[in-house]
Amino acid sequence: MLRVESLTKTYATGDKALNGVSFDVPPGEVVGLIGPSGSGKSTLIRGINRLVEPSSGRVLLNDSDITRLGRSELRRARRRMGMIFQEYALVERLTVMENVLSGRLGYVSFWRSLFRRFPQRDVDKAFALLARVGLTEQIDKRASALSGGQRQRVGIARALEQDPELLLVDEPTASLDPKTARQIMRLICEVCREQALPAIISLHDVLLAKMFVDRIIGLRAGEIVFDGAPSKLDTSILTEIYGEEDWTEIHDDGHEEAHAPELSHEERMAGLT
Amino acid sequence: MSDAATQPRSWRRPPLIGNAWLRWAIIAGALIYLVAALSTIEVNWERASQGLTQGWRFIEGFLAPDFTSRSRDIWRGMEESLTMTVTSTIVGCLISIPIGLGAARNIAPLPIYAVCRAIIAVSRSLQEIIIAILFVAMFGFGPFAGFLTLSLATIGFMAKLLAEDIEDIDETQAEAIRATGASWWQVVNYGIQPQVVPRLIGLSFYRLDINFRESAVIGIVGAGGIGATLNTAMQRYEYSTAGAILIMIIAIVLVAEYLSSLLRKWVQ
Repeated sequence: MLRVESLTKTYATGDKALNGVSFDVPPGEVVGLIGPSGSGKSTLIRGINRLVEPSSGRVLLNDSDITRLGRSELRRARRRMGMIFQEYALVERLTVMENVLSGRLGYVSFWRSLFRRFPQRDVDKAFALLARVGLTEQIDKRASALSGGQRQRVGIARALEQDPELLLVDEPTASLDPKTARQIMRLICEVCREQALPAIISLHDVLLAKMFVDRIIGLRAGEIVFDGAPSKLDTSILTEIYGEEDWTEIHDDGHEEAHAPELSHEERMAGLT
Repeated sequence: MSDAATQPRSWRRPPLIGNAWLRWAIIAGALIYLVAALSTIEVNWERASQGLTQGWRFIEGFLAPDFTSRSRDIWRGMEESLTMTVTSTIVGCLISIPIGLGAARNIAPLPIYAVCRAIIAVSRSLQEIIIAILFVAMFGFGPFAGFLTLSLATIGFMAKLLAEDIEDIDETQAEAIRATGASWWQVVNYGIQPQVVPRLIGLSFYRLDINFRESAVIGIVGAGGIGATLNTAMQRYEYSTAGAILIMIIAIVLVAEYLSSLLRKWVQ
């Protein structure tokens, strides 16, 4: 399905973000990617769809080498890889529907997309996906009007609208409160299992990873230091990935802090006018 | 409680320039230069007092504006100015869009970036009056020279601000569109355009109001419009007609300002 072979990325500054990373993902497997900040999680995910250009190594999706594709072939490969982002990365001023339909941009011509004349099949699919993620009521709202959890649901719908063969998920819960984070992780994993869709999900929360994924890959300084079942992830391995720390808290549930409700721009500046 | 916490300690914000001697030297130097520079300005008080009487006549004309005796000239000038303003703003804004896209470093390749930045630099480095003198020499007196001048100035202004706006966008939104397999034009249409259009609309109305004011100025060097009428009135010492023209310019600028603020509120 997906095979990554000795993927290496050296940034122009000389920083080695990835160093010979290799692994396979079979169909339908949900892989969690953990590691400290700067360990290369984000670079690895972006190296697969070449939002970050790898320095060397190969990425094989169904036996075609993505690292060797030309520009238009790369676009065709990208549309088969749905991506979900940390800060949702929705186009804030577009409506929910436009954001979901933007998942079809790799399939339709520029003129069709310019006038928002998407094929009926794409529109039907977008409606179905929005119903699946529970946002039927919000279709014509701007993305900026939604809450964090709702935005990430739009992000999920946009990725699925691509008819992906693989999901790349970069810290999907980083800006969400613990409860919403669990709901979003559950939704992503359910969808993957329904469609036998493989996924690579980078997570900063080890507990969340252990709860939801089939397999965990641990990165440290751009190298894989652990690859196995979540149950095998014990204190000594966590120490190897993250460094020395008291890991007993990992078994408790409530160590995440809840986020304050987001203030709108008007509320924030209310005192000034 | 520890000792340090109980004892009162003074605190002062660290100064911008750490060296106290250097700090005071810079402040003193700046003051001395200011005084020296002011003392070199020669004021001819005799001439200034003569000018006061002339200035007073001007203010009198302003207080008793005469809209009627030259009304035909005034209306023709206004019509020319408004035509020049609207056409040059539309043409300038349309041309500035591709140049602005090309001058945004985060979406344009280096050679295109260099060319577009050069166009902007040339257009911005020449002040409207200088361009107007050039175009009047090339195309003769009249509003066509004015139209070209204002279009060129609009291109520099709008393209620069558009390019800088694009460079400041939230790139994760554009990255997400790129990740779907979208083409360059689709990324611009979906990932960038929604982020910059509201400000672009606001700016183009701001430019409309600048262009109207500029049309009054460049008329003085022969590029048509209300400026030409104003210039003629001044040369004939018809201060009440000049006053009427100035009042009309102020009124139109105020209306444009009000309309553009309404519009900005509506698009945002």
